[in-house]
Formats: sequence, structure tokens, C-alpha cells
Amino acid sequence: MTTTHSAATTTPMGYGSMRRKEDARFVRGRGRYLDDIALPGMLHGAVLRSPYAHARILSVDTSAAEAHPKVKAVITGELLAGLGLSWMPTLSHDVQAVLATDKVRFQGQEVAFVIATDRYAARDALDLIEVDYEPLPPVVDAKRALDPDAPVIRDDLEGRTDNHIFDWEAGDRAATDEVFAGADVVSSCEMLYPRVHPAPMETCGAIAYKDVVTGKITIWTTTQAPHAHRTIYALVAGLPEHEIQVIAPDIGGGFGNKVGIYSGYVCAVVGTILTGAPVKWIEDRTENLMSTSFARDYHMRGEIAATKDGKLLGVRVKVLADHGAFNGTAQMSKMPAGLFHVFSGSYDMPAAHCSVTGVYTNKCPGGVAYACSFRITEAVYLIERLVDVLAFDQGWDPAELRMKNLLRPEQFPYRSPLGWEYDSGDYPETMRVALEMAGYEELRREQAERRAAYERGERVELMGIGLSFFTEAVGAGPRKTMDILGLGMADGADLQVHPTGKAVLRLSCQSQGQGHETTYAQIVAEELGISPDDIRVVQGDTDQTPFGLGTYGSRSTPVSGGATALVARKVRERARIVAAAMLEVSPDDLEWEKGRFHVTGDPSAAKSIAEIAMAAHSDLELPEGVEGHLDASYVYNPPNLTYPNGAYICVVDVDAGTGQVTVRRFVAVDDCGVRINPMIVEGQIHGGLADGIGMALMEAMPFDEDGNHLGASFMDYLLPTALECPSWELGETVTPSPHHPIGAKGVGESATVGSPAAIVNAVLDAIRARHADMPLTPAQVWRTMQGRPLRMDLAIT
Amino acid sequence: MQITVTVNGVAQTRDVEPRLLLVHFLRDELGLTGTHWSCDTSNCGACVVQYDGQPVKSCTVFAAMAQGHEVRTVEGLGSSGALDPVQQAFSDCHGLQCGFCTPGMMLTARALLDENPDPSDHEIREAISGQICRCTGYENIVRSVRAAALAEHAAREVAGKELAG
Repeated sequence: MTTTHSAATTTPMGYGSMRRKEDARFVRGRGRYLDDIALPGMLHGAVLRSPYAHARILSVDTSAAEAHPKVKAVITGELLAGLGLSWMPTLSHDVQAVLATDKVRFQGQEVAFVIATDRYAARDALDLIEVDYEPLPPVVDAKRALDPDAPVIRDDLEGRTDNHIFDWEAGDRAATDEVFAGADVVSSCEMLYPRVHPAPMETCGAIAYKDVVTGKITIWTTTQAPHAHRTIYALVAGLPEHEIQVIAPDIGGGFGNKVGIYSGYVCAVVGTILTGAPVKWIEDRTENLMSTSFARDYHMRGEIAATKDGKLLGVRVKVLADHGAFNGTAQMSKMPAGLFHVFSGSYDMPAAHCSVTGVYTNKCPGGVAYACSFRITEAVYLIERLVDVLAFDQGWDPAELRMKNLLRPEQFPYRSPLGWEYDSGDYPETMRVALEMAGYEELRREQAERRAAYERGERVELMGIGLSFFTEAVGAGPRKTMDILGLGMADGADLQVHPTGKAVLRLSCQSQGQGHETTYAQIVAEELGISPDDIRVVQGDTDQTPFGLGTYGSRSTPVSGGATALVARKVRERARIVAAAMLEVSPDDLEWEKGRFHVTGDPSAAKSIAEIAMAAHSDLELPEGVEGHLDASYVYNPPNLTYPNGAYICVVDVDAGTGQVTVRRFVAVDDCGVRINPMIVEGQIHGGLADGIGMALMEAMPFDEDGNHLGASFMDYLLPTALECPSWELGETVTPSPHHPIGAKGVGESATVGSPAAIVNAVLDAIRARHADMPLTPAQVWRTMQGRPLRMDLAIT
Repeated sequence: MQITVTVNGVAQTRDVEPRLLLVHFLRDELGLTGTHWSCDTSNCGACVVQYDGQPVKSCTVFAAMAQGHEVRTVEGLGSSGALDPVQQAFSDCHGLQCGFCTPGMMLTARALLDENPDPSDHEIREAISGQICRCTGYENIVRSVRAAALAEHAAREVAGKELAG
């Protein structure tokens, strides 16, 4: 059962855990997802994909496919090249083939696109396309990508003679090296955060339709960032941006998978231009797992330094980042490793340094996805594993070691050695709440008893306890430091208040299940005193909403939530002037109480928002400079990121005979600042914790020596079900973000980021092993117990 | 080939290709888009419908096999005005986020409660273990099913008392 321990210093906002407005349609099966949309005369696209990881294309013969009676068009790379569209820019200033022309560079890469009258016929026609390939040796192992004899993957790039993409570093190298040279103890560990996939239940897709009369192109698509997509379509295809409308319908989960623009979308757009009909493309599950936005794939060599009595002194790491065949991470342009440099974590760490090298391999592009908060997932895993490795090496208790080094409340705002300004938190209290909820001391006693029974041969299970403490930096972000493809990361919000006092809020972000229609109505309700039932939230349609960068990286509440609160306050200030005219007093003589203004000293002389709204639209004479109506727009450029944090404790039982892990308990104490709708916040944490179980124990997509993707269906890429998940135990502490308009911090990814390390630490604690890479499958646990852990990125034992 | 399938109590006759999957028959032929398509390999359960009262993955059934059988989809849960207690409980207990797995989960839950009106948490977890949700971590789905069971139990008690009274 979920138990909630509250150390809250503020109460949730009004309306708290109200039921979600969007559920009325979802529980009736009336959600409208991309594949639910059927337009008159709509055609269906299917993508022909490469069976090879690396091969030269000698010829593509589409004549038999074109002769299929139901086929309307076949698009090849050559055809796109004629339109200047065979390559598209990625979100990381590289280019990616829309349809391959010269070579294929990963298994599953897009080679041709068939458009037919129904989805089955489109698939049939793929079999009629003849492609002649000359297989080339692939680069599968990222650690071999920079070998002098490694095949050059990106020979399309002029002058390219190796597979190196970038080198990037953060922190003070010399100061960190000096700390390490003088430290009493140093522990190091080589670890992989393996390639995983967000795998939302709804796969990615698009429907494109160009109206031949008006020239306007409408693109319905599974996008987390409709406005960014519109601008990118305009830039990529040279289409006039005002003639592009991007519509995100209901989205069946995103988790970062639906940030990028994929070849199928571009082909649907070209398809509608070629055929004059709407063209739908939606990928199947294998296509989803093989070709759209994987996550992670960081090979990290980390070191941590401390005094002999356990004071942490420094951390440093060298990362080899496998970016696949095209550098397509959805990333801030000045930060090729994202926000990875928050890896000094939650500790009072005097020195830190990282260097990251990105390489090409013959694998699908991607890297930033799966609720990762721009690589903070890797950063938290690194530091939380290193702390445990240090504790293991020194025989220290991992909880004590963390408690001794956590940042103290008086240190906030805290400037980290890597340049971040952590905004708020009470880390020791958060840790204390988690330890108390878990009953840490009692768990350790039980563990010792079980261990003794195991050693006496009375039991086969071993018990493990694992901790992690995470700090995230979310809500990208301040325009001066953060942009994607030159687009600053500020978000707009428009608020209309109708004459009868009902309101419509228009947002740039896009829910994929987060409950925006409810949460943001609650923010307006709190600010204006209108019932959330009287506020409609519009999102996902670029013709109806203001510009903004979308929903990912836990940025919606930090950025669009800020915009929402501030646009409502702007409306309130307009209302004050109108109310003053109605009451014939000066605006300064009015006081706000939720839902109405009254004259100072005379609460009976008051006007409600509904009365003011009607007056604002009426013939009431308004003071000079007031335009009438109450509607307002706001663009919120956040001054800093928000820093959600939390303490997680996992208890596992490991069958020493089979290596099977059972997660017995999971305690998660989160501080995400003010909780607007605690029910929704807790739901998001539950989901992220399940992600953690998947990544830590189950989700594997290794590649064999030929570059074959071995995790390309849910038969192989295992996701957690209800049976692998325990009943989550949640707690909370609340330190409001000092700079966010309502004190909220992002939360959507906290549990995905924070939980894997706790689970891995628990399993390794059970089997008394120093390190093994995720996923800790039964085979991996068993092998680790034999002292021979597997490499989980390659299907090579 | 021509087939007739009873869907949500209505006999539906269509000419279909023999290879047409039931999920596509429901979605594309009948426009019942509440049943979702997600994995192709019978692993995820987004396409679960009731087939003669049993939860079945409709991506693994040919439409032609459903000839003469009864299929119930999410559109057939509850009546026009009122939600089924399972639907009400999913809404009350936050048993859904993106909503994509929800119809399948609810049809499985309905079938479970029809067979076992008082399932334990473990029995609920087992019943939905062939279905994947990426949003909820299952906690609130289990809670929803439990809440639906309790609501139906309470409704039966009231009905029993009325009968006795």
C-alpha cells in the first residue's frame, strides 16, 4: 500500500488531488490518438528498412512495387535527392539520411517508402522492392569505434577519416586532479549505462495533408513539441511556416521518444505533395525499437576521492558516448552531453571534472530519451554507483556515507563545482524520512540474519538493500544558455477570460499522459479563483497555441507552468483596473482575495472575476490605456532550472541459485517543491519507479557482431509488468523552488532518473559484488556471483 | 470473405481479407478506435477485447476467426449515460495517464471481476500481467480494480437489502 509521510512545509495548491478532466474520454475509449484519425481518401505509407548494419547500396529497383494495383507512389532516396530532401538536419547539428542513397548505416535504416491505399497493401509492396547491397564491416563496439582500422561510417561528411564526433568537458581538471593526488582513498569503477528505449505504448507516426488549393500543409503527429516541429519542417523543407499547421492529438506516452522528427514523417509530407491525398505513416513495434530514438549508451569510467573518515573530496569521469550512425540527440546546442555535468550529485563535493567523447557506431541514432532529463539519468547513476563502490571498498555503510556528505539546507542556493546553482532542498531531512519509512536499521538486522541462514545452507535467497539520492536540474531553460537548434527554451501562455467568466488557457507544451488539462487549469484556478471546471486547456495545435519548446526533460511545470501562473497574474492586474473603474476607486485601493477584488477596509464593496470579465467586455468606460477585455499573453523565460531531489531505498531478494531478483519494497521520498495535484505527481513517480525496475533488471537491446539488433520486439526487450513491480511506498518533503512563480519543480522524470541506482545497489549489496552492468537479468546476476559479469551492450560472452 | 461478428451486442457483417486481424477489423472497418494496436507480438495487451467474455489479444486473432462469436470492446463497457464501475474506478483512482493501455486493462479487469468479485491484490496483478502500462507503475491500476470490486460489493449489498426489505 502507498503510504505517505509528509514533512511538508507548505500545503498543496487549492483543488489538490482533483480527478483528471481528460479521463472522461479516455475511460470511454474516446481518446483520439494518431492512428485513430481517418481522413477521406487517406493513403497509407510503409518504410522499407535495411537488413544490414553497414552496407553500400548498389541499386534500388521499385518497378514491381509501383506496378502493384494498390500502390500510388514509391519514394526512394534518389527521388528525395532530386527535391534536396534526402538528408535532414538532426537536433545536434549533424545530418541524417531521410532515405538512404549511398550507404545504410544501421540495421533498420529507412531505404524506401511505399504509399498504398491500405496499410496491408503498403506492407505487401515492400517485399516487391529489390535492393542490391554490398555488405561492409560494421562498427558495433563503441570501444573500437576510434581504432585506427575501424571502418569509417560517415564518409558522406567531407574529409571525414574516423568515427569521432566531439570531445567536451566540464569542471576544473587541474583542481580535481590535485584533490585526487592528495586524497586518502580513491575508488574507481568502469560502468555502462546501456542502450534502452522509451517504448511508449503508442508508437510514432504522422499524417500529412497538403491542400492543393490553399497550399497549406497540416501534419497530425505524435509529437511532444509541436511548435519546434513546425519550425523544423519549415527550415528543412523550405516550406513557409505560416502554411504549416502541426497538430498533436492525444499522445499514448512519449518519454522522449516523440521529440525528434523521423524519416517516416518527412516521407508522409513528401507523399501528400506527390499524391495530393492525406498520407498516414505509423511505425510498428519493431520499427519503434530499432529506428526511433534510443536512450543512454554511456560507457563511463568514474573515480571518487575521499578522506579516510569518509568526507567526499572529488569525482571525475571519462565518458565514451555511443551516438549511433548519426548524431541525432535531442540536445541543447551548447551542451553535447546535455546536463550530464550535474554528476557531482547531491553532495558537498569540492572538485569535479568530466570529459565526454562522442563516437559514431553502426546503430540507430538517438541518445536523449526515456525520461532522462538530458542525460541526468546517466549522471545520477554514475555518482550513486560510485558512492556505493567507495562504501564497498572501505567497508562503510552506504547510508551513513551519504548522510555525512549530503548538502545541508543552509548551503542553498548552492554553487556546484560544475557551475550549477542548486535552488533549494533539505537533503538530510529527505534522507532521514526515507530511512525511517524503510526502517533501515531493522532491514540491516534482517539482512544479517538472512545472510547467516544462507551461509548455514538453510536458505537460497539473499537480501539486499540499496540507496540512491538524486538531484535533478530540470526545466530547460534560461534562454541565454539553452536553445535547441537556435530556438530559445522559453514558453508562451495565452489566457482568455470570456465575458461570463469562463476561461481558455492556451499552452505550447503537449501532454503525453501528464494531465496538463487538469494541472494547468488548477494553476489558473488558484491564481484567479475560477473553478478548474470552468477553465479549458488547449494544447498541441500550432494554429491555436503560442510558441514554446514542448514537453520533455520535466520542463512543462517549470516553464509552461510558470508562464501559466504569470499570465493569470497579468489577467488579474487587468481585472484590478477594470474593477477599480467599476467601483470608482483607485486600483491601489483594491485588495485581492481569491476570486474577487474588494475595496480596502470595505469587503462588501467587491467585484468577482466573472463580474469584472463581463464589465471588461461591456460599455463600461475604462481608464485610459486599458484596452478592454481581460485576455493576456505571457512568455516565461525561466531564470534558473529547478532542482527536484529525492532519497530512494530498494529492498530485494535474490535467488542465489538462479540469479532471479524480486523487488520486495521500494521507498521513494521526493521533494519536487509545491505539488499542484499530488495525485498526478504520485502517479508520475509510480511510473518512473517501474521504469527503474525495467532498466535495472530487464530491458536489454544488445547487438551481435554483425550489428543485428537483438531487442527488437517485446518478446526480447522485456518491460516490467504488474508482477515485477512492488506496491510503491511514497513519501515527500517540500522545499518550494525560490524562483519558480508557484514554487514548483519538475517531477516527471525524477523516479526514472533516481531509481535504477537504488535497485542495482540493492542487488549488488545482496550478492556482495562490487559492480555489474545493467540489466541485472538472472544470467547477469548469476555470472556476477561467479565473478564473471557480462558486457550487456554486445551479444558476445 | 464475408463474416458476421457480434460486437457490443450488434451483429456486424463485412467483406474482409482472410488475413485481416481482429484489431484492424474493429478499428478500421467498424471505427471502434478504443481498442489500440501497439506491439504485434501479443506481449503488451493494448488490443485486449472480450471474446465470448474472456480477455483476448485482438492482434493475435484473425477477424475471420471471430465469425459467430461475441466481441466486447471498451465502447461496450457501461451504458450510454453511466460508466461501468471499472471505468468509474479507473477515473476515481487515477488508474490511467496517457490512456493507451486503459481500454485493454479495463476489459481484463471487467472479466476478472465477473469471475472473481473479490480478488486479492496478487490476483489482480496476475490478471493484468499480460498487459503493459508505461505510465502508472501499475499501483493505481491495482487500486482501481480493487475499488471497482468494493463498489460492486457495496452495490450488491444495497440490492440485497432492498430485496430483503
